[in-house]
Amino acid sequence: MSGRPGLLRLGPNCEKACDEKADGEEGTHLRLLPVAAVPYTRGCLCIRTAMKPPAFQYHDPKTLTEAVSLLGTLDNAKLLAGGQSLMPMLNMRFVLPDHVIDLNRVEGMSGIKEAGGTLEIGAMTRQRDLEFSDLVKAKCPLLHQAIMHIGHRQTRNRGTIGGSLCHLDPAAELVLVAMAHDATVVVVGPNGTREIAFADFPAGYLTPAIELNEIVTAIRIPLWPAGHKAAFIEFARRHGDFAIVSAAALLQIDGGKIARASLTIGGVAVAPVRAAEVENAITGQAPSTALFAKVCESCRSFEAMADIHASAEYRQHLAAVLSRRALEKAAGLADNAPWNRAH
Amino acid sequence: MTEKTDLTLRINGRDHSIRVEPRKTLVDAIREDCGLTGTHIGCEHGVCGACTVIVGHEAVRSCLMFAVQARGKPIRTVEGLAQGNTLHPLQRAFMTHHGLQCGFCTPGFLMLAANVLEKNPDIGDEELLDVLSSNLCRCTGYQNIIKAVRAAQEEMKPKVAAAE
Repeated sequence: MSGRPGLLRLGPNCEKACDEKADGEEGTHLRLLPVAAVPYTRGCLCIRTAMKPPAFQYHDPKTLTEAVSLLGTLDNAKLLAGGQSLMPMLNMRFVLPDHVIDLNRVEGMSGIKEAGGTLEIGAMTRQRDLEFSDLVKAKCPLLHQAIMHIGHRQTRNRGTIGGSLCHLDPAAELVLVAMAHDATVVVVGPNGTREIAFADFPAGYLTPAIELNEIVTAIRIPLWPAGHKAAFIEFARRHGDFAIVSAAALLQIDGGKIARASLTIGGVAVAPVRAAEVENAITGQAPSTALFAKVCESCRSFEAMADIHASAEYRQHLAAVLSRRALEKAAGLADNAPWNRAH
Repeated sequence: MTEKTDLTLRINGRDHSIRVEPRKTLVDAIREDCGLTGTHIGCEHGVCGACTVIVGHEAVRSCLMFAVQARGKPIRTVEGLAQGNTLHPLQRAFMTHHGLQCGFCTPGFLMLAANVLEKNPDIGDEELLDVLSSNLCRCTGYQNIIKAVRAAQEEMKPKVAAAE
């Protein structure tokens, strides 16, 4: 939700003189990342003492065509979806856009539908609508489980799936689900529509691999066969906080053997990582706690980031533990586990 | 400073015609431009829940929304809970069960609880705890807030049923 100040990098003053001199105070200017590496914030990134959004021109398009055209012509523009990450970043002045393009009144950007074994979700679909969708609950249990870990009721009422994916927080639940399910992101720009495999979507910390003039319009989630097992687990200091580490497991079990497996770990690196080694090692095997405990040790070797919340070593430890628990839970082996009590 | 926009916010059934910059958050507009200071501003980045109001039919954090975005949508704030001199069941329950001390977080808790109990009168203990965990209170230790909301839940039930 907040800008994860622990990951900020100190640097020289921003190049662009802030136009907010009215406050009469010199703010502390911090450089987050090289500006070129953060396409969606083009311009300067600085934090100031004020807790109010910087001045910007507000645009309120009604159609996607209009929104794409605005984004293509305006300099230093930022798209506003649910605002549950962007608004704190604006209030704290981590982001100083000259233009804000509000997508909330654009027609036809929300909705959940299933076609040909794929769940297609409009980018402006609220997290709350996903939470209460019977279709999501029945067909995509991992997404259903993950939604309940996102922020709180008030933030899910506004937060959108597209906004969360584009904000691309390393620990974001929806990003983890998209990676676990090999989702595809649908993007529209001046030259038409293109699709991006989610594995290629993260370009870096908080940075999606989309062009400055492109808008994410939908996400397509290939569904697993009926009866597949899913588990989402995260470790956070408090409920509703961003996870320090999270894990998502998908298992298809046929005749007592794992026919297909997906294991994804979030919060360890700048984007969620698939534990391919574990997936391969358990495919064809009968699920057991001993097997999962053994193979998940490999998750300790993931390159992990460190910040004020946890050290790299602790994240690696959590990656191994949460991977094992996610697999156990998905396989139905965790019903009596002490960590799996309802709370 | 950018150009100001004219807009009308409909709060607690009354229209407020205001002129604000687009960067003005909903909570600032409600307090400064509409003069309704019952809604409090805490953290201003979506963590504390003090600024919770109901926009449309959903509880939202009004520091995470611009005033211009609320145009044309009914807004309810804590000032709209009481009917004349009769306090809302939640307000009475917060008094009875000592669900507040300094009162800073109270408007946010009241609007969140009102929204949740209206939408889901039969909400269970576990879900209620989950919902209320979104707001911060530095005085009460939460137990009395939970007690108050549970007590009001009982009182609000027949009213909800009668209204249907």
